[in-house]
Parts: sequence; C-alpha cells; structure tokens
Amino acid sequence: MSDAVAMPHSLTAPSEDRAGPLSLDVRDIVLRFGETTVLDGLSFALGASGCTMVMGANGSGKSMLLKLLHGLMEPSAGHISWGGYAPQEVTARQALVFQKPVLLRRTVAANIDFVLKTRGKDRARVTALLDHVGLTQKADQPARLLSGGEAQRLALARALATDPEVLFLDEPTASLDPASVLAIERSVSDARDRGVRIIFVTHDVGQARRMADDVVFLHRGRVAEHSPSTEFFAGPRSSAARDYLNGRIVV
Amino acid sequence: MQSISEAFGLALALVLSGDADLIEIVLLSLRVSLTATVVACLIGLPIGALVAIARFRGRNAVLIVMNALMGLPPVVVGLLVYLYLSRSGPLGFLGLLYTPTAMIIAQTILIAPIVAALSRQVLEDLHAEYADQFRSLCLTRVQTIQALLWDARYSLLTVGLAGFGRAVAEVGAVIIVGGNIDHLTRVMTTAIALETSKGDLALALALGIILLVIALCVNGAVQSVRMTAVKQAYV
Ligand SMILES: Nc1ncnc2c1ncn2[C@@H]1O[C@H](COP(=O)(O)OP(=O)(O)OP(=O)(O)O)[C@@H](O)[C@H]1O
Ligand SMILES: [Mg+2]
Repeated sequence: MSDAVAMPHSLTAPSEDRAGPLSLDVRDIVLRFGETTVLDGLSFALGASGCTMVMGANGSGKSMLLKLLHGLMEPSAGHISWGGYAPQEVTARQALVFQKPVLLRRTVAANIDFVLKTRGKDRARVTALLDHVGLTQKADQPARLLSGGEAQRLALARALATDPEVLFLDEPTASLDPASVLAIERSVSDARDRGVRIIFVTHDVGQARRMADDVVFLHRGRVAEHSPSTEFFAGPRSSAARDYLNGRIVV
Repeated sequence: MQSISEAFGLALALVLSGDADLIEIVLLSLRVSLTATVVACLIGLPIGALVAIARFRGRNAVLIVMNALMGLPPVVVGLLVYLYLSRSGPLGFLGLLYTPTAMIIAQTILIAPIVAALSRQVLEDLHAEYADQFRSLCLTRVQTIQALLWDARYSLLTVGLAGFGRAVAEVGAVIIVGGNIDHLTRVMTTAIALETSKGDLALALALGIILLVIALCVNGAVQSVRMTAVKQAYV
C-alpha cells in the first residue's frame, strides 16, 4: 500500500529498465503556498493504462497536480508513488505538455531536434513528428511566432519525441480550431492505444466524453469524485461535479 | 596651441588622409579591446550562467559582489595590475608591464564583471521561463547552460558589445599599465590624453572623432541586434 515509503531511494532503476507504465497511488497530498492551501489531503489511485481526464473549476489545482505527479514540485505533505517510485525517479519516463507552451527561441524544427538530441533519440524523426502535428510547412519559422494552436501542436510533438510512458496534457486544445482539436485527440488516442498512460486536463466536456476512460474531479483541494467516464457523464455523484457540468452544458 | 577651427581642419585631414600613426593607434586600440572583450566573455559568461541557475548559500552575497565589481574604477584596476606586473611584483618576472598584453589584462579585469553580472540577469530571467520545461526533459546542468546561452544569444551579444564599449573608451587603466609608449602601447584614449596636454589638438581631435564613430557603431550594432531579435521573436 505504501510502496513509496518502503522503497529506498537508492533502489533507482536504471533508465533502460522500462518495465512499462506504472500504476499511480496518490495519498493525502497537501500543497500550500504560504497561507493558501491549494491541495488539501487529495487521494486517488490510477491503473497503469488508459486515459484519465482531470476536471475542476479554474484554480482548483489541476495544473499543480500534474506538476506534482511529474516530479517538478514537492507536495507540502503526503505521498505520490508510481509503482513504488517517487515522481522524480520517473520524470524521464514521462512528458508534460504545459498549459502555456514553453517554446525555445529557435525554429520549429530545432525545438523538436533539441529534445531528440538531448534525450539521445534518432534525430531523423523530426520530419515525421512535424508531419504528425501538421507543422511541416512551418519547420523553418521561429517557433515563437507560431499561433497559439500551432504552438500547442509543437509542444505535443516535442512531448511525443521523448517516447513517454506517461503523457500529461494540460488543456492542450484550449486555443485550437475544431479540426486541430480532433487531430490532437486522434494523436493522443493513438498514443493511448500504443500503451502510453494519458493524464489529461480539460474544461471541454465534449472532449472529456470522447476521450476519458475515467474522470478525476477536483473541488476545494480534494478529489470530489473519481468515476468511470460513463458513470460520470450519466450523472455525477458529487454536487460539485454536477454544478460544474450543468454550468457548462446550460450556458 | 591651435585655434579650434584650425584643429578641426587638421583633424579631418588626418582622418581622411589615413595617417599612418593614426591608423596604428586605432588598430592597436581595437586589438586590445576586442581581445579583452573576448577573454572577458569566456570568463564572464560561464560564471554568469552558473550563478544564474545555481542555488547555494551565500548566493546573495555573490550577487552583491558581482554587481559592485561592475563599477570598478579603471585607475584602481590599473594600479592593481601595475603592482602585480611591476618588476618587484609577484608577476614581475613575466615582463609584461608596458606591453599590449598588460593592457588586455587590465581591460579584461575591468569588463569581465560587467559581462558576468549582465549575463547573469539575462540568463536568470530566461531560466525562470524555461525551468519547468527543462526539468521535465531531465536536462543536465551542462545541457541547461548550453541551451540558455544559445537561446539568449542576441541579449548576450549586446552584453558583449556593452563590455567592448566600456573597454575601448576607458583610459585610466591602460595609461597606468601601458604607459602610452609610441608605436607600442599608444591607444586612442591615452593618445588623446597625452596630445591634449601637449597642446597637439589636431591628433587628439582626430582620435576623438574616430572614438565617437566607434561608439556610434557599437550602439548601432546593439540596436540592430535588438531589432533582429524582436523581429525573430527571440527576445
Ligand atoms: N507560486 C504560487 N504561489 C501562490 N499561489 C499559487 C502559486 N502557484 C499556483 N498558485 C495557486 O494555486 C491555485 C491552483 O492553480 P492551478 O494552476 O493548479 O489551477 P488550475 O486548476 O490549473 O486552473 P485553470 O483551470 O485556470 O488552469 C491557484 O489559485 C493559484 O493561484
Ligand atoms: Mg491549469
């Protein structure tokens, strides 16, 4: 149950030892910034495969949760365990597409090449990755002149370039046109079908319905509800999720 | 002593005729200050980058010292380098006093802190933006520094130009360690100081005009680097 505690940190697996995706166990995590408590005793567990949608109102802590799970931050209290590993031990096996894409001050192609090079991957894959997200035409443009949606697609291509076992997506389609939304969803679904564990933050209820195997709903720093997608959208158990969905659907 | 208009006329004639002495002085100035700038960048950029991304105890003290060193008075640097290089000094055996090398050393000491402090600021701002992404990619410290230096290339170029501008215009340090020896260590600023005190205003003015043009060019270069960077969204 508390594998994370029992597992000494010295037992870090060599990076080549990729036993496949790991299940996730999150226990009572608390995240505080000074006086503000963002996450307040949040717990849930996820299996090793599938696509989990994380939903919740603005400021409910979704982005912070992804950073904690990915090992970019430490919780103020509580435990996160990826099959016995601490998040920092498996960061290299995961990729995160940030809510605001952070693009290098280089060309579009160079942004992908940088990742392939630093991670020791085959650099010839740049072309295929650009093609995959429909940015072939923009290959030689400065990445920071891309439109919001193009930037998101580049960020996704860069994340896929690392061949992650777990792919975190933080509202990756928030500024995309409908065709691009479907293209991104298709490539995320492809990754999921190849066995990549997807953890996806969205406010788009339609998208959540299309993509989710299960839904984790955050409210007041806790998990208000964690249900299989069909149950969640048929009728959420928690009043918070019900209000959220009604607000979205009615307006 | 010539009248001002006379001096201006003679100065322009010197510049336009490409006077040999004048050219020698200008070329030595450029050689000394460019070399000092390159060496100062080789020293200052890695230090700036390291301090920008490292978190350690006493970091604030280091920042204060770095910023204070930016304002080193040239004469004091000249004096210290003189003490080390003079015959009785610890490095006197090298016989470097009153050579261009001594001037390069003095100017390097003068501007390396400028390069380090300014690049630290530039790289720290950039790192604040990239830190999460780089941690997600599990970059090593060396990979991080390399990527930061490359992505800040336009800003760092203007930092280098600022260092060069300060080096080429300074007189206090090079006059002490160089000695303004004709055909050997006479650079623009020391020649201006000397010729003015001798009353040969024409040569002084001619050099002054060239120095001003160089300053203008440096500023123009900074401006065009900035504009390129903005156009490419690389700022
Ligand atoms: N460094 C910080 N200091 C103080 N508060 C912070 C800090 N970082 C985040 N927060 C707060 O944490 C809360 C959760 O932020 P987070 O970005 O996780 O929200 P979110 O659920 O992703 O919202 P959105 O749907 O708008 O993206 C916010 O109220 C935010 O103000
Ligand atoms: Mg968010």
